[in-house]
Amino acid sequence: MIEIKNLHAKVEDGDEILRGINLSIKPGEVHAIMGPNGSGKSTLAKVIAGHPAFEVTEGTIQYDVNNKLTDLLEFEAFERAQKGIFLGFQYPVEIPGVSNFSFLHESFNEVCKAQGVNETTAEEFREFLKPKLDLLEMNASFLDRPVNTGFSGGEKKKNEILQMAVLNPRLSLLDETDSGLDIDALKIVSKGVNAIKNKYNAVLLVTHYQRLLDYIVPDYVHVLSNGQIIKSGGKELALELEEKGYDWLTKVQ
Amino acid sequence: MSQSDLQGSEYKYGFYTDIETEEFPKGLNEDIVRRISAKKEEPEWLLEYRLKAFRHWQTMTHPDWAKLDIPAIDFEDLYYYSAPKKKPELSSLDEVDPELLATFEKLGIPLGEQKRISGVAVDAVFDSVSVATTYKEDLEKVGVIFCSISEAVKEYPDLVKKYLGTVVPYTDNFYAALNCAVFSDGSFVYIPKGVTCPMDLSTYFRINAKETGQFERTLVVADEGSFVNYLEGCTAPQRDENQLHAAIVELVALDDATIRYSTVQNWYAGDKNGKGGIYNFVTKRGNCLGKNSNISWTQVEAGSAITWKYPGCNLIGDNSQGSFYSVALTNHKMQADTGTKMVHIGKNTKSTIISKGISAEESENNYRGLVKVMPSADGAKNYSQCDSMLVGAACSANTFPYIDVKNNTATVEHEASTTKISEDQLFYLQSRGMDMEKCISMIVNGFCSQVFKELPLEFSVEAVKLLELKLENSIG
Repeated sequence: MIEIKNLHAKVEDGDEILRGINLSIKPGEVHAIMGPNGSGKSTLAKVIAGHPAFEVTEGTIQYDVNNKLTDLLEFEAFERAQKGIFLGFQYPVEIPGVSNFSFLHESFNEVCKAQGVNETTAEEFREFLKPKLDLLEMNASFLDRPVNTGFSGGEKKKNEILQMAVLNPRLSLLDETDSGLDIDALKIVSKGVNAIKNKYNAVLLVTHYQRLLDYIVPDYVHVLSNGQIIKSGGKELALELEEKGYDWLTKVQ
Repeated sequence: MSQSDLQGSEYKYGFYTDIETEEFPKGLNEDIVRRISAKKEEPEWLLEYRLKAFRHWQTMTHPDWAKLDIPAIDFEDLYYYSAPKKKPELSSLDEVDPELLATFEKLGIPLGEQKRISGVAVDAVFDSVSVATTYKEDLEKVGVIFCSISEAVKEYPDLVKKYLGTVVPYTDNFYAALNCAVFSDGSFVYIPKGVTCPMDLSTYFRINAKETGQFERTLVVADEGSFVNYLEGCTAPQRDENQLHAAIVELVALDDATIRYSTVQNWYAGDKNGKGGIYNFVTKRGNCLGKNSNISWTQVEAGSAITWKYPGCNLIGDNSQGSFYSVALTNHKMQADTGTKMVHIGKNTKSTIISKGISAEESENNYRGLVKVMPSADGAKNYSQCDSMLVGAACSANTFPYIDVKNNTATVEHEASTTKISEDQLFYLQSRGMDMEKCISMIVNGFCSQVFKELPLEFSVEAVKLLELKLENSIG
């Protein structure tokens, strides 16, 4: 589904953060990216999603659209979203005065329009949302509140997964979705992600902690350090990291 | 956020109607004042009023307290009266010059019987005169008077004499005095006791002629227990010279009456280098004269090269309420100094001020507001919220709140904020499939939502579109 080769990226006028990432993700797979603070985990997710603050200086990201590989770097963030790439934010942003409902509805309709599907009316969309709200154990009153404004940490993260459920992306990049969640909220969010994933889509989890991976079980775990993937393995690698930390890996390097 | 080289948004109302006009010579003197009055066949008292105002104006100097850079205006180089020549008898639309009907139709204000907008009665003002008023007969059936102010002076002299100038005296300010001397037309509304006006009333102002000042005058009187929704729209041709618009709007609400006055102001604002555009120097005020009366001003100010405007309320009746909901958007080199005046006089009077200023490009957007509580206003309450949003780095926004409280039982609250559209907000929305324009329009609409929800539905749709159009290309 996505093929990342020798990816280098930096902040404008800044130091290089990604220094040669190679990563391949196939439909149906769950990948976890772990690594110490500042290793470039969040940057990787943002670069794939097309954040304009980062500049790709080398390498390629090929993305499979209708069985054809396209150069993802040619597209702006909103076009990538329309093509099925979803970024779940570590810190979801507040949009004062805009109701969560109209935000979700606009977003859904923009993606529908781009994919050649009929847009929905407000009524249809409200119906469409119901099971998704249920899945994430969210109250419908939540839709009338302004986007992320005054939401608790847990509500913000649930709202991210609600958006994921609405947009039904092909590739979800979940950036520290577990941070700031208590155990109950973590379970609900994980249940949501597990319900959305299937053999056609893929998930890339960026996380610090093994805890999330107990609930969303990865097929592959990658360790990112200093802008490069220094080790890849199965889900047992995460357990090993939990026990030993990162030092044994980074020192080898 | 990078600021691109900004293209002017297209101003689709910038066309000019080539029509034969009658105008008085340029310049301002007693003779011109007398001629305007004579042209309108006015009674002696009104001529006297105009002359008093004119003589007072001559003693005044141009105001300079606003944070505006106003180029000197040569008041001798303006036409004070310009009217389409084939002035129709207002009794029949068939006699209105087809050219004028076509002009208003192009502006989205069809006046003809078949095409007119359902549910909204319109008074169409073209340069110095009112050319047509729709639905007059339907309104007359319930006793509502809706006509041009010139007609009202003839048909309802007692009402006009009783209220004209009672809210905004000619001594109020420089432009008010000027307007009192030379006003040429405008709208008059009277809602009788206990009547809820069956449809929205609206005046559409069009400045067409060159080098002509438009001085219109609106007077709305809501008698006891009545209700009216009043809408106002404005456009002008795209010209390289500046044009002057100095209006007065007076509202009077008696016991238990409510007037809701909404404006979408889209005068030509000049090009991106600041050439041309309307100087919008307007005095708007309402008297909440009766107990439990209620006046609200809702404005979306998106046009004019310079805006100088403070719609306010004198809260005279006990328990009366005044509100001001405003969105002021400036781009290019536009300047706006706008806000409100709420004067609490009666007991338990209440005022609400919600102001949203958006400045883009090299524009300057200032909120200036006065909340005054007189010694008599026991239990007065005010809530003010003034928010500014900056789009880009070269614009500026200021807030000048004046609070003057002379009664210690009053509660006055003021909140203010300044925000920028953040890169984080833009990326968040973009990553949900929305392009840049959509993102900005969503953020701006969210910012203005408290005001937009006060507008009648069609107006709110128009306001949203207008802001979108203005902000197109404002962020690179």
